[in-house]
Amino acid sequence: MSAILRLDDVHTDIGQYHVLHGISFDVPEGGVFVLLGRNGAGKTTTLRTIMGLWRARRGAVIFRHRDITALRTPDIARLGIAYVPENMGIFGGLTVEENMRLATSTGAFDRTRLDRTLALFPAMEKFWTTQAYALSGGQKQMLAISRAIIERRDLILIDEPTKGLAPAIIRNMIDAFREIARETTILLVEQNFLFARSLGSGVAVIDDGRIVHTGAMADLAADEALQTRLLSLSLAAHQ
Amino acid sequence: MIPLLSRINVNILPVILAVIAFALIGSASSWVTLTVAGLAMGMMIFLMASGLSLIFGLMDVLNFGHSAFVSFGAFIAASALAALGAWVTGDSVFLNAAALTAAVGAAVAFGAVAGWFFERVIVKPVYKDHLRQILITMGALVISEQLILMIWGGVPISVPRPAFLTGSIVIGGVAIEVYRIFAFLLGLAVYIALYLVLNRTRIGLLIRAGVENREMVEALGFRIDRLFIAVFMAGSALAAMGGAMWAGYQGLITPMIGSEMMILVFIVVIIGGLGSIEGSLLGAILVGLTANYVAFLAPKLSLATNMMLMMAILLWRPYGLRPAVKG
Repeated sequence: MSAILRLDDVHTDIGQYHVLHGISFDVPEGGVFVLLGRNGAGKTTTLRTIMGLWRARRGAVIFRHRDITALRTPDIARLGIAYVPENMGIFGGLTVEENMRLATSTGAFDRTRLDRTLALFPAMEKFWTTQAYALSGGQKQMLAISRAIIERRDLILIDEPTKGLAPAIIRNMIDAFREIARETTILLVEQNFLFARSLGSGVAVIDDGRIVHTGAMADLAADEALQTRLLSLSLAAHQ
Repeated sequence: MIPLLSRINVNILPVILAVIAFALIGSASSWVTLTVAGLAMGMMIFLMASGLSLIFGLMDVLNFGHSAFVSFGAFIAASALAALGAWVTGDSVFLNAAALTAAVGAAVAFGAVAGWFFERVIVKPVYKDHLRQILITMGALVISEQLILMIWGGVPISVPRPAFLTGSIVIGGVAIEVYRIFAFLLGLAVYIALYLVLNRTRIGLLIRAGVENREMVEALGFRIDRLFIAVFMAGSALAAMGGAMWAGYQGLITPMIGSEMMILVFIVVIIGGLGSIEGSLLGAILVGLTANYVAFLAPKLSLATNMMLMMAILLWRPYGLRPAVKG
């Protein structure tokens, strides 16, 4: 399978700190690719570097065979890459409708896509005219993801979508992500291994700003010793 | 006390203020005169403050040079009115209105162009650095005032009022200056226009989103730097319009006109809430009314009262009365 996104020896500094130390991995087209790692490992920095929100000092970010390392964030977004940050990036003073309308390229909704999005997240229809700050954490996350899929994207970068969410909402999220992944590649950053395992086909593990493992998710899920070594976790700890 | 305060709808604060003032002033005619003067003053301050609030909120820029646009607006309008003397003083309402439109239009056009220059040359290099913003914009303010001094001199300049805006109309035995009514209506029209742009257009949606989270607007594919320029130009043009109207209200202007107003403008922006047009309007009306009521009741406390108003509101609502950013 060809790679939709390739990171090649990416180094990123934040202020005086050298955070990413030569990150390299390929995200294959289609399905969910998971970037796993502990707190502070460099997961968010990797996504922000892909989006151009932090600049790579060295190395290259290649999207569909095009070097996007030096592009501005809006230009990267317009190539068909959506970003759902860890804090969700919701505009609290705007209504649910306005948040979603802002993510359309023309300001008008494609009725079919809107219906599909609302079918995935029915709460969005219910709170359509509500200002987003009044939504619960789970609803805000749904809005952030709805915004990312309201138009066709080639790649969606999602940063820890399950953080702070109730198990029932996480189960709904898994179903929604499976549906979204039918047409769009998802690069998912996660710490919740159970969630990641249920969705991911491929995985890269990052630690201390370096990729320490890449492979199939099924292989990692089946190898508890490898999990413990890479992530200092075991599935038992998450069950 | 605090639970009671938290239940108050902030929009009725001007009404509460007016009712309290009525009880203290005692005379209905004085109260009406002061209230109309306060509303007119508030609307002119709103013109100056609304742009600064958006610039603060959207761009996170502490622009201490904003008052330069007020001053230039005042002097350009004054010069235009002086040049169109026959139109200004003539009996034709049409020519009076044409002179006023030309004067305010010249001020607004200058404000927009100067705003573009100011953003590109002075502000852009110091984004994300508040200390340098304060220093460089204050430096630009000093230079602007010196330029005004060089061009128009230090002697106060009288500003002719178009004939159709002179005099008063008498309603129920109370004389109300026509200029004050006009200033109020113009401010209201600008507020409605800004409200419609911000709430009914895509660029307005982008500005409101940008005030909350600039980075996310960029991640959605929009060039926020272009929005910055547009907002800065609009904000500067509005300040110049406010300066032009304030010049006509004062009748006599000096190069310090902008600096003198700036303290009130900053109070309005802070108590209204950064980036909020509704907050700016509310804050401006409160400041305008307070200034006029207190000037009548206790003249020596005039400026101090607005400072106290700001402190009280910030203690009650630390992010202002109607902050744009929520949650």
